[in-house]
Amino acid sequence: MPLLEIKAVSKGFGPAKGRTEVLTDLHLEVEQGEFVAIIGYSGAGKTTLMSLILGLQFPDEGTVLLNGEKVTGPGPDRGIVFQNYSLLPWLTVFENVALAVDQVFPEWTAQARRAHIEKYIAMVNLTPAMQKVPSELSGGMRQRVSVARALAMQPEILLLDEPLSALDALTRANLQDEINRICQEEKKTVILITNDPDEAILLADRVIPLTSGPRATLGPSIPITIPRPRLRAQINTNYDFKQTRCEVVDYLLKARRRDRTATSMKLVLPDLIPEDLDAPRNPFGQKRRPRRRSEERRETVEVRV
Amino acid sequence: MNFDNAYLELSKLTKSYPSPEGEAVIVKDVDFKLRKGEFVTVIGHSGCGKSTILMMVAGLSTITRGAIILAGKELTGPGPDRGVVFQSPSLLPWMSAKENVMLGVNQVFFTAEKVEREQIAEYYLSLVGLADAMDKTPKELSQGMRQRVGIARAFALAPKMLLLDEPFGMLDSLTRYELQEVLIQLWRREKITAMMVTHDVDEALFLSDRVICMTDGPEAGIGEVIEVSFPRPRDRKAVMEHPDYYKLRARLIHFLEVKAHKHAPASHSPATATVPDAEAATIA
Repeated sequence: MPLLEIKAVSKGFGPAKGRTEVLTDLHLEVEQGEFVAIIGYSGAGKTTLMSLILGLQFPDEGTVLLNGEKVTGPGPDRGIVFQNYSLLPWLTVFENVALAVDQVFPEWTAQARRAHIEKYIAMVNLTPAMQKVPSELSGGMRQRVSVARALAMQPEILLLDEPLSALDALTRANLQDEINRICQEEKKTVILITNDPDEAILLADRVIPLTSGPRATLGPSIPITIPRPRLRAQINTNYDFKQTRCEVVDYLLKARRRDRTATSMKLVLPDLIPEDLDAPRNPFGQKRRPRRRSEERRETVEVRV
Repeated sequence: MNFDNAYLELSKLTKSYPSPEGEAVIVKDVDFKLRKGEFVTVIGHSGCGKSTILMMVAGLSTITRGAIILAGKELTGPGPDRGVVFQSPSLLPWMSAKENVMLGVNQVFFTAEKVEREQIAEYYLSLVGLADAMDKTPKELSQGMRQRVGIARAFALAPKMLLLDEPFGMLDSLTRYELQEVLIQLWRREKITAMMVTHDVDEALFLSDRVICMTDGPEAGIGEVIEVSFPRPRDRKAVMEHPDYYKLRARLIHFLEVKAHKHAPASHSPATATVPDAEAATIA
């Protein structure tokens, strides 16, 4: 039985009239220990999909099953890392992680909880910053706290909702490597949502494109067979990396193009030559006449809207 | 390479600011020539001064020493003969997309009839894919759509040159791919000379004819010039599958990771400081 199963799920928002269908007929099965990346354009409905898995929203049609049971609300069996760090600004790194741990493991002794919290803070290399509050941390460090908090709950499934999109390229690369390492160590089941093909290929066992919304749906899943550990530098040289990268990018761009209806439009571009703005506007009291090339451009252009 | 027909020429271009420790030199003695209709990208680490060069060409930053010559005339300040696309589209929030484009068009084509000026704005907005969103204000548009307006606005001035300062830096990767295509299609249609600053290696390879690699500042300069001769029109898949693509990509990344740091202690002899032009790879 798959750990997570999404069956024929559809979700829309708004009143019956003028309703936006965000997701239609979604199917997804995630096995224990698998790392799945879902890649799609912004606005495609990636976050809506995440909310459905989390139990923050419920599907209009179809079901979301976790361990064969219907998801009825959020729970500590699904850990989430959001794009914005969602840390409590007045609590230290330790206290932010403690918040989750105290909720999930109330039966543990204070000492056991403390050791547990420190273990996960160490895992994301934040031990020196344990007593700092979020405003004293960089974006990358805050996101590490988020990761530690999610992992410390020991969820069955870890959900990453564009966790690195808000970071600069270098910090992003570092954190990708770290997520990669931690997920291998912890053997977690992970669903990563991203819009970066390189990130998806580097981290995941399987990449699934989400076509652009409205009425978005999941495309065919592309297995990533590149052996681990995967090294960033290989992206340049490894043949599989190159092939997979081409495949993913090509699928997404083509899908987007198909979604848009092409219409022919008649457009006119007058044959005007730009005026020299330094010259007087009305020389000798004469109104300046527009300067023209030989002929104006009239054309029918295929425009996608 | 024949440079008799240089369209844009940067000559001994230097930018510095006074500072308590003496003169802080940002960019030093940059010499470069662009042919008419060429697409050149400037790549380098953040803070190396690549945007400074572009802003000097735009006339938005003063030149400390040296000169910039565009189509035989020395540049002395900003002007509508250079269309600039900024990293953030900088649209006026209370105006519609079309009004934003019209702002410049009304200046440059002030002698023309209103109908014709509107035709110009509509033409370029349609080509960037905004035919049905012309009357929306910036806040009703997505980040990618706003940047499309920025591109349309620059092209609508019929400029001699297009200057792009990391135009897609703020977009997610897929939107970035899409807009690169919008840009390159329009560029092919208008055959306009373009200079773009970026730090995205793939973007540089997909779009440009030549890539200028900048060494790190202070006193940043041109480290290497790489010729990119994939056939045009370029299809992204074909470019990515081209046997030279990953060679060039690796070379650019190697430059950024190793050679750009010219002040690094290990790699420094005068012989490697300036890479002669002949060394620039030419790919048939």
